[in-house]
Amino acid sequence: MNGIHDMGGMHGFGPIAPEANEPVFHEDWEARMFGLRRAMTSPPGFTIDRFRFLRETMPPATYLTWSYYEHWYFATAQSLLQAGMVTIEELRTGRAAAGRPKRNDAMRPESVEAAATRGGNFARAIDAPPRFAVGQAVVTRNLNPTGHTRLPRYARGKRGLIHHWHGAQVFADSSARGDGECPQHLYSVMFSARELWGADAAPQDKVHLDLWESYLDAL
Amino acid sequence: MADDHLHHEDLAGQVPSDPALRIKALESLLVELGLVDPATIDAWIESFEKRIGPHNGAKIVARAWVDPDYKQRLLANGASAIGEMNLLGSQGQHIVVVENTPIVHNLVVCTLCSCYPWPLLGLPPRWYKSAPYRSRAVIDPRSVLREFGLELGPDAEVRVWDSTSEVRYLVLPERPSGTEKMSEAELASLVTRDAMIGTARIPSPGRTR
Repeated sequence: MNGIHDMGGMHGFGPIAPEANEPVFHEDWEARMFGLRRAMTSPPGFTIDRFRFLRETMPPATYLTWSYYEHWYFATAQSLLQAGMVTIEELRTGRAAAGRPKRNDAMRPESVEAAATRGGNFARAIDAPPRFAVGQAVVTRNLNPTGHTRLPRYARGKRGLIHHWHGAQVFADSSARGDGECPQHLYSVMFSARELWGADAAPQDKVHLDLWESYLDAL
Repeated sequence: MADDHLHHEDLAGQVPSDPALRIKALESLLVELGLVDPATIDAWIESFEKRIGPHNGAKIVARAWVDPDYKQRLLANGASAIGEMNLLGSQGQHIVVVENTPIVHNLVVCTLCSCYPWPLLGLPPRWYKSAPYRSRAVIDPRSVLREFGLELGPDAEVRVWDSTSEVRYLVLPERPSGTEKMSEAELASLVTRDAMIGTARIPSPGRTR
């Protein structure tokens, strides 16, 4: 979706302001939200892509004023609401409505170490051969889906070169919709900064994006 | 899914405006429903406060500096070379390592969210997740680098990596001069988080920038 989250190339947000000796978490509630997200039982069919998409559906003003772990809160709460697992009233009060069934299969602390060092594997074997070869010229499609996409606005309708073939991976757009993994070939595509930003960019500078095959056409 | 029928404004407006209260309510509710064990929350926090952080990525960099064969494997297939050192984890299964040289400077960003190589660098700093960095890194990387105190010559090539898939990027910084006699562990202690994102160089030891 063409949302506020798609920030590449926007102006007006000001300086970057790095913080010396920054703590991992600034507030206790940030740590709780991080741990909660990683530890909780998600609704059926919930994926990392769905999580990202729900963050993108925040109203733009809220997106800009709520901080990072509040984005996590929003997407988590929204996923539970959509699945009918909680109500707004329960989120507001922090108390379960009378008669709600209780579960006892949540992730145990002893599973964390393995989960933290195992990670997800999004590579999938598919039968179709890759359509593009390293070094080939491609152009990105001008796609404007209302759902999740990983093709940012600044890179639509732009010419680039296939820099690397990553193999096939879960297609984020499909996974975010709840339509399954639909794996596709994934490529690192190199764009010259001038193709993306015009003549003011340094002629030798490059921007690389990882793009799925259905974002691309041969040039 | 029927996203059109959601009233997103309602969520932000109907839950406590104080994030501490809002998140406390969520945790209490999920504990009551049996959807989370508070001890597991503690374990995840501890994991990223104590065990997983930039020191992991620094080990990879130091190994690549001292072992040319390892460096070659790392640049050819990051995930498998990092796997050799048992450092793969959440948000880091697919890793590509890109090398800085005197004429090529790499910079990593995620313009659409905040993708970051967690197992190697821990959780991202606030600035990496911020609108200024996400918006500017792709359109004007040279001014971003300047803000971090890094002035690139006009001949240098800047390569920005926008993390748009599950592939995560790590910059292999240049080994600073004056480190020829250092051990691998000493070298690892020089490597900073920002150097592995691409917003800093590593200064020669005993010299400030």
